[in-house]
Amino acid sequence: MRTPLALGVVSAAILVLPLVVPPYHATLMLPFMAYGVVLLGFNLLFGYTGLVSFGHALFIGIGAYAGAVLTTKLGVRHMELILPVAALAAALAAAPVGALCVRYVKIYFGMLTLAFGMVFYTFLLKFYRLTGGDEGMRMLRPSLFGSEWAGFNKTAYLVGPYYYFSLAVLVVATLVMWRIVGSPFGLCLKTIRDNPLKAESLGVSVPRYRWYAFMISAVYAAVGGALLAPPTGNVDPTLAYWTHSGNVVFMVLLGGFASFFGPLLGAFAFIFLQDTVMSVFPYWRLIFGAILAFIVIVAPGGLMGLFARRGPVEVSRR
Amino acid sequence: MTANLVNVLMGGVFHAAILFLVAAGLQLVFGVQKIFNLACGSFYALGAYTGISAVAYFTGHGGPPILFVVPLAAGGLAVGLVGLVVERGLLRFVYDRDETFQLLLTFALVLMLEDVIRLIWGSAPASTGGLYLAYGQARLLGATVPVYNLIVIAASLSIALGMGFLLTRTAFGRIIRAAADNREMAEALGVDMRWVYARVFTLGTMLGTLGGALVIPATAAMSEMGIELIVEAFAVVVIGGLGSMRGAFLGALVVGVLRSVAISVYPELEMLLIYLIVIAVLLWRPRGLFGAATA
Repeated sequence: MRTPLALGVVSAAILVLPLVVPPYHATLMLPFMAYGVVLLGFNLLFGYTGLVSFGHALFIGIGAYAGAVLTTKLGVRHMELILPVAALAAALAAAPVGALCVRYVKIYFGMLTLAFGMVFYTFLLKFYRLTGGDEGMRMLRPSLFGSEWAGFNKTAYLVGPYYYFSLAVLVVATLVMWRIVGSPFGLCLKTIRDNPLKAESLGVSVPRYRWYAFMISAVYAAVGGALLAPPTGNVDPTLAYWTHSGNVVFMVLLGGFASFFGPLLGAFAFIFLQDTVMSVFPYWRLIFGAILAFIVIVAPGGLMGLFARRGPVEVSRR
Repeated sequence: MTANLVNVLMGGVFHAAILFLVAAGLQLVFGVQKIFNLACGSFYALGAYTGISAVAYFTGHGGPPILFVVPLAAGGLAVGLVGLVVERGLLRFVYDRDETFQLLLTFALVLMLEDVIRLIWGSAPASTGGLYLAYGQARLLGATVPVYNLIVIAASLSIALGMGFLLTRTAFGRIIRAAADNREMAEALGVDMRWVYARVFTLGTMLGTLGGALVIPATAAMSEMGIELIVEAFAVVVIGGLGSMRGAFLGALVVGVLRSVAISVYPELEMLLIYLIVIAVLLWRPRGLFGAATA
C-alpha cells in the first residue's frame, strides 16, 4: 500500500509548511483546512450514503455565525468552546431538518435541502437586528490553547497558532471520519447507497441511518464553518447561499467523491486553483465552470479517479 | 385602500408573468429531459442584457422609442438559441448519467454564464433608461399601473395559451408528451430523441431569455440576477409540481402575488414565506399543489 507513505509525506509537508513558504500561501491553507472538515462530513452523505445536499451551506453558516455571536455578543473567546457550541447548534438544527429531508432521495432531497438553506439565508439577510443583515457580523480573534496570543499581529497569529489549531482539528476530524466509514455503521451506509431495498430487508433502518449520516455531516460542516470565520474576521449571509452549497459539491467532485481522501484533495485544489486563476484572470467562475463541466462529462471520478485507475466510477442512472 | 391593494396585486401579477416564462422553460426541460436546469436563471440574465443591448442599438439607430418592445423581444428570443449550443455541446453527453451529475453540469453553466455576462457587459448595473413609461400609465380602480406591465402580462398569458396549444394540439406537442411519458416507447415508435431534446431545450431556453428581456424595462440588470431568480423559479415549480405546465402557471401566480403582498405587509417575511411554503409543499405533497407528474 502506498497510501500510508503518501499520507506521511503530506502530513510532514503540512506540518513544516508555515516555516518554509511565504505567509500568504500559509494563510491559503486555512480555508483549505476548514473546507477539508466540511467536505469530510459532506462526503459521508454524498459519497458514502448517496444523498446530494444542495443546502449544506446552511450548516456552514450556522457554524460561522455561532462563532461570531459567541465572540462579539456573548464575550466567549475560547475556540475550544466555540467549536462544540457550533457543533451542538448544527446538530440541533439538523435533527428536525434531517428527519424531514431523509424521507426523500435524489432530486427531491436536493431540493428540500436547498429550500432549508435558503430559509436560513433569508433569515440572516432580513433580520438585520439579530444578524447584521447583508453586512454580517464581525468574528473577533478567538483565543487558542488557552492563550490570547496578544503579542502576535494578525498574520503571525494566523500562520502560527491558528494554523496548527486548524490542522489539529482537521486531523482529529479525519481520524474520526476514518473510524466512522470503517465501522459497521459506515458499511450500512454504503449498503443503503448501493441497494436500499436490500439494506431494509437485512434489518437496517434506512431512514434512521440516513438521518444519522445527515446529522454527522451537519456537525462537520458547522465545525468547518466556525474555522472558516476567524481568518476573514467577518461572517455574512453569502456563507449560507445556495451557490456556496454548490461550490461544496463542486469541491468534492473535483477531488473525487469515490475515495476517502478525495474531498480533501478537492478542497486543496479548489482553494489554490482559485487563487492562481484569480491572480491572472478576474473571471475565475468562467474557468471553474469549464473545469466542472469537464469533470462531469469526462472525468467523473475527479482528481483521485485520474490517479487511482481502479476502474470506472459508477455514475450512471440507477 | 383599494388603490393600494390593486397596486400590490398588479405588481405581483407582473412578477408572476415573468416568473411563469422562466418556470415554464424549467418545467418543459424537466418534463422531457428529466434535468433540473439550474442555469435557467442564467439564461434569464442573458436575455435581460441582450434585451438592453438590442434596445440601445435600435434607439441609437433612429428607431422610434415607442417600438422598443420589438427589438427587446427579438433580442430575448434570438439569444435563446444559445440553448441549442449548450444542449449539443454539453448536455447531450450526460443523458445517461445519474441526475446529480446532470444537476452539477447545469451548475457549471451557472458559473460560466455569470462571468460571460460580466465579460461582455461589465459588472455595473445596466438598464434601458426611461423607456419603462413610454406607453404611459393606466388608471385601474384608482391605482396607476404602467401600461408596459399590462403588455407583459398579456404577452405571458398568450404564451401560456400558446404553450398549451403546442403541447395538446400539435404533432410536435404529442411527441413531446410521449417523450416525457415514456422515452423508450417513443424511441421505439421512431421518434428521434436527439431532435426532440435539442428542440425542447432550445425552446425552454428561449422562454427564459424572453422572460429576462421582458422584465428589464421595469428594473435594472445585474450579473447576479440569474442566481437570485433561479431560487424563485425553483419555488414556483415545486409549489406547482415538477414538470407540469399548469403547475408553472399557478405556482408563478402564488409566488408572485404572495411575495408582493409580503413585501407590502411585512418586508422581512418576503422570500422566507415562499421558502416555508416550498418546504411545506415538498413535505405534504411532493408532487406539487397542482401537479400531474408530467408535461
